[in-house]
Amino acid sequence: MAEKVLVKGNEALAEAAILSGCRHYFGYPITPQTEIAAYMAKRMPKVGGVFLQAESEVAAANMVFGAAGAGARALTSSSSPGISLKAEALSYIAGCDLPCVVVNIVRAGPGLGGIQPAQSDYYQATKGHGHGDYQMIVLAPSSVQEIIHLTADAFDLADLYRMPVMIMGDGMLGQMMEPVEFDLGERRKLPEKDWATTGTDMKRKHNIINSLIMNPDDLEACVRARYERYEQIKATEARAEEYMMDDAEYMITAYGTTARIAKNAIVELRKKGIKVGLIRPITLWPFPEAAYKKYADKVSAILSVEMSMGQMVDDVRLAVNDKVPVHFYGRTGGNIPYPDEIIKAMEEIAGGDK
Amino acid sequence: MAKVVFNEEKCKGCYLCMTACPKKIIVIAEDRMNAKGFRPVEVLEMDKCLGCAMCATMCPDCVIEVFK
Amino acid sequence: MQQVFKKPNALCDVNLHYCPGCTHGIVHRLVAEVLDELGIEGKAIGVAPVGCSVFAYDYWECDMQQAAHGRAPAVATGIKRVHPDKVVFTYQGDGDLASIGTAETVHAAMRGENITIIFINNAIYGMTGGQMAPTSLPGQVTQTSPYGRDPKTQGYPVRMSEMLAQTDGAAYIERVAVDCVKNVNNAKKAIKKAFQTQLDGKGFSLVEVLSTCPTNWGKSPIEALDWLRENMIPYYPLGVKKDKTTEE
Repeated sequence: MAEKVLVKGNEALAEAAILSGCRHYFGYPITPQTEIAAYMAKRMPKVGGVFLQAESEVAAANMVFGAAGAGARALTSSSSPGISLKAEALSYIAGCDLPCVVVNIVRAGPGLGGIQPAQSDYYQATKGHGHGDYQMIVLAPSSVQEIIHLTADAFDLADLYRMPVMIMGDGMLGQMMEPVEFDLGERRKLPEKDWATTGTDMKRKHNIINSLIMNPDDLEACVRARYERYEQIKATEARAEEYMMDDAEYMITAYGTTARIAKNAIVELRKKGIKVGLIRPITLWPFPEAAYKKYADKVSAILSVEMSMGQMVDDVRLAVNDKVPVHFYGRTGGNIPYPDEIIKAMEEIAGGDK
Repeated sequence: MAKVVFNEEKCKGCYLCMTACPKKIIVIAEDRMNAKGFRPVEVLEMDKCLGCAMCATMCPDCVIEVFK
Repeated sequence: MQQVFKKPNALCDVNLHYCPGCTHGIVHRLVAEVLDELGIEGKAIGVAPVGCSVFAYDYWECDMQQAAHGRAPAVATGIKRVHPDKVVFTYQGDGDLASIGTAETVHAAMRGENITIIFINNAIYGMTGGQMAPTSLPGQVTQTSPYGRDPKTQGYPVRMSEMLAQTDGAAYIERVAVDCVKNVNNAKKAIKKAFQTQLDGKGFSLVEVLSTCPTNWGKSPIEALDWLRENMIPYYPLGVKKDKTTEE
């Protein structure tokens, strides 16, 4: 067993990336994720890696595009307004079937918004960042230990499926200190990167990394092949944590930081006699629909709690397909819902104390 | 002795080669078109060719091979 | 008789998509000749831009990546930082390099990024059908400057080579033209020197090539060469703008 150490979420993520073999980090300072860049600036030279502070988020993401095409495990991190700028490169990375990991330590928006925690980039991460038909795998850790596991798996998932993977957290999770083990868990068997631009060495035909396909039929075939891969990912990679769901009459659903608060609320609600459980999506894309379907006939209502005006709740409604009413409670603007607020919302749904 | 060989099918009829030839022996082949629909060029007085490759230097499409 | 001129090996044996008389083809060949002569095709990785030369990834035998509009220097930076022992180059037009990608270009130069940029300046946007470029000349008529570029409202053309020469990170910057045999030969020398600069680990190198766009200039290919010579060269003087390669 590895030794337990006390670390911040942002730093745990950076170190886990290095332990996962990432040696190329390109970034740009933005609150509240700059600690990842600062950690990389300190650590990368010590492990023979590259830390580069780019001139912009746009350039940083395109450097990741170049490094990923060249066969490296490349990482960039940012926060909401910066992710909007990286969206261009993410579309190209997906269109070129390249692996990379991008971190979004989400802050409140829109526009400059604020710097406090939020989950209002759920739509952006799961439904649309850059242009075109494509998806990213989106992982949502809810503890520092889970940040470490999911960071390691993010690089494996990216390499396995040749697509961008996003780790989505928030300022709360990034700043949180918890005792952790730097044990990456089980790693996946990965294919060779024989498609990378490494120089032909005059021994093979040239590799071309490209997303331009002028013939509509060819482009459609390429996109359809990518979506077949997405179906495979949906079938095998969707993950959720179930908490106190065995005898649950009501379901709260939340991810990341909000799920931690929801767990506290659930303990209190059960003391009041309301049997509530939690479904916590770990993968936001693919969305763990099966976890909801499983309980759609068993619970009498679902409450989605988010730090947004209600974004994930749409996917919950799609997953249960009107079989059970889905309610929403959210705070936004950088506000974090208190357990009391969640308890009150759930009590209203359940019709008061039982 | 020198000669130029034109890969006529690659020619786009821009005629930059004609401006470069110091002997002005490259002419438009008025009797034919290539598959692209361009009139290619030809040299009728090959004995005057210097093999200087100036024509090939200006050709944007690698139409011309030069022998000397 | 021996063959004294043929298609360079590093140039793919395909028909280039360029319009008749477009000098992109000449510069493509020069880059390939240099890759052949320096024996670096096998270690070269090229980055294609967005613009008329968007299909450049299909024209060289070396490994290639396609970049988003203007981002080629950032993409090349990513590649070079992964493979510092390879030769990484970009091929970009004026809209790509001097307008939407100005930041990426200037910062790659300021970092002294050890890459080579071939910059085609033909004073117009070709692929989109002839709009005003950052390098379009004062008075030049284009689709988006139909009354001629008026510096009062449309600004002045940018001399990128002179601008980049001011950066400490730039090792070698030269402007050349491909309007005549003599200048084409000089252009090749400059391109070769730029790649050699990278091979020697000296830092950022860029060759600006004054090039023609007969179609969008509304001229015959031969008239276009004359227009380049008479209008572009006076505004964009040829020559070496920066050379740190002899410094130890």
